[in-house]
Amino acid sequence: MNELSVNHLLGIKYLNQADIDLIFKTADHFKEVINRPIKKVPSLRDITIANLFFENSTRTRLSFELAEKRLSADIINFSSSSSSVSKGETLIDTVNNILSMKVDMVVMRHPNPGAGIFLSKHIEASIINAGDGTHEHPTQALLDSYSIREKLGEVKGKKVVIVGDILHSRVALSNIFALKLQGAEVKVCGPKTLIPKHIESLGVTVEFNLRKALDWCDVANMLRVQNERMEISYFPSTREYTQQFGLNKAILDSLNKEIIIMHPGPINRGVEITSDVADSSQAIILDQVQNGVAIRMAVIYLLASKIKP
Amino acid sequence: MSQKVLLNSKEINIILHRLACQLIENHSNFKNTVIIGIQPRGVFLANRIINILEKDYGIKDIPSGQLDITFYRDDFRRSDKPLEANKTKIDFIVEDKHVIFIDDVLFTGRSIRAALTAVQSFGRPKEIELLTFIDRRFSRHLPIQPDYNGRQVDAINDEQVKVHWKEIQGEDAVYLISK
Repeated sequence: MNELSVNHLLGIKYLNQADIDLIFKTADHFKEVINRPIKKVPSLRDITIANLFFENSTRTRLSFELAEKRLSADIINFSSSSSSVSKGETLIDTVNNILSMKVDMVVMRHPNPGAGIFLSKHIEASIINAGDGTHEHPTQALLDSYSIREKLGEVKGKKVVIVGDILHSRVALSNIFALKLQGAEVKVCGPKTLIPKHIESLGVTVEFNLRKALDWCDVANMLRVQNERMEISYFPSTREYTQQFGLNKAILDSLNKEIIIMHPGPINRGVEITSDVADSSQAIILDQVQNGVAIRMAVIYLLASKIKP
Repeated sequence: MSQKVLLNSKEINIILHRLACQLIENHSNFKNTVIIGIQPRGVFLANRIINILEKDYGIKDIPSGQLDITFYRDDFRRSDKPLEANKTKIDFIVEDKHVIFIDDVLFTGRSIRAALTAVQSFGRPKEIELLTFIDRRFSRHLPIQPDYNGRQVDAINDEQVKVHWKEIQGEDAVYLISK
């Protein structure tokens, strides 16, 4: 098996175990490449990629851009704040205009869930979903699993708790799909208002007590509270959230084992995680960022290999 | 399909020793020389030669590595089957070094072309030489020639030259396979 089963990366939901194995294996090679004195390979020198960001992003956009440059692709960047989208152009029109400039691949972040899937039905290019609203963020979930695999040897059988705003988090959903697919046990933890109803149907368990969840897990993935997606108040105050669901050094040190701390960023220091935890040796937050480039190189490379010249 | 033995284990052993001696002639104590096996199959040949240099000629600790050329190939998106990468392991910088590339069969020369580009990611070598075990001299697509060569084979394009190594196939032998 050395080819992906899909032509787009729209979500983890559409991948199988062999796809994930192939992405990880390819990412291993690219991780070696990006640690060389010269961190670039010429594979994609005849591929053009458009990065379409209809929603703010720093880490993901830079990570994709770097991955594309390391593969020698030509890239064009687009962000909705400085474009004709604000003049009333539709998504398909915007993208078709960009594609008529001979673009082979589209990396898209969009505030609407399903935007990537919608686009894949209307255009020719290969699409990578870089986050669609509260739906999926597949490359983040891949790099999270890859980082767990790197640290613990494998993902299978590991216990992972995802803490925080599960309701608004595409990272949570993609992570649940990815972890379950690889045979990990998943628990979600957070205020009742931020845990979607019926989430157990995805094969995860729910815990409302952070301490109990941490006692159970090998890995804790701490999510940010997505205030920008909240139209109403889901908890009384940030201070109360931190008291109930914030991870601090005292709780971490009181556990009778060393767990791994992850965070997809951006961190709200002092809210979901304190600075001393985020900067501790148990946190692999910066490893996640480095692995993000390798994972995105692997995904882009594998999808590009299916585009015939 | 017919299969003919071009070289048997004894002949292969003689050639390996001859190649090792030719390397010593040009590189004497291998100070400032590094050996790089081209993945996947050049690595076995490189290990064999390094072994002979160590055991029979007492030349120890030659820096050696494995170079994968997958991401530098010129047939990305153009070949029928997807390209599968192998591990690159080079723990040194090749800046100002004498580099010896080792591969088992030199056919079109395209792999070596890719390797020449790939190795630049590890610095600017003083010079690069090429050692191959089998040189299919009439099949070249590019102006690339070996500096050290085990055996020249004048096979036509439909024929396949297959090198078996003890480490993988359980025997040392070179076969000419015609379809």
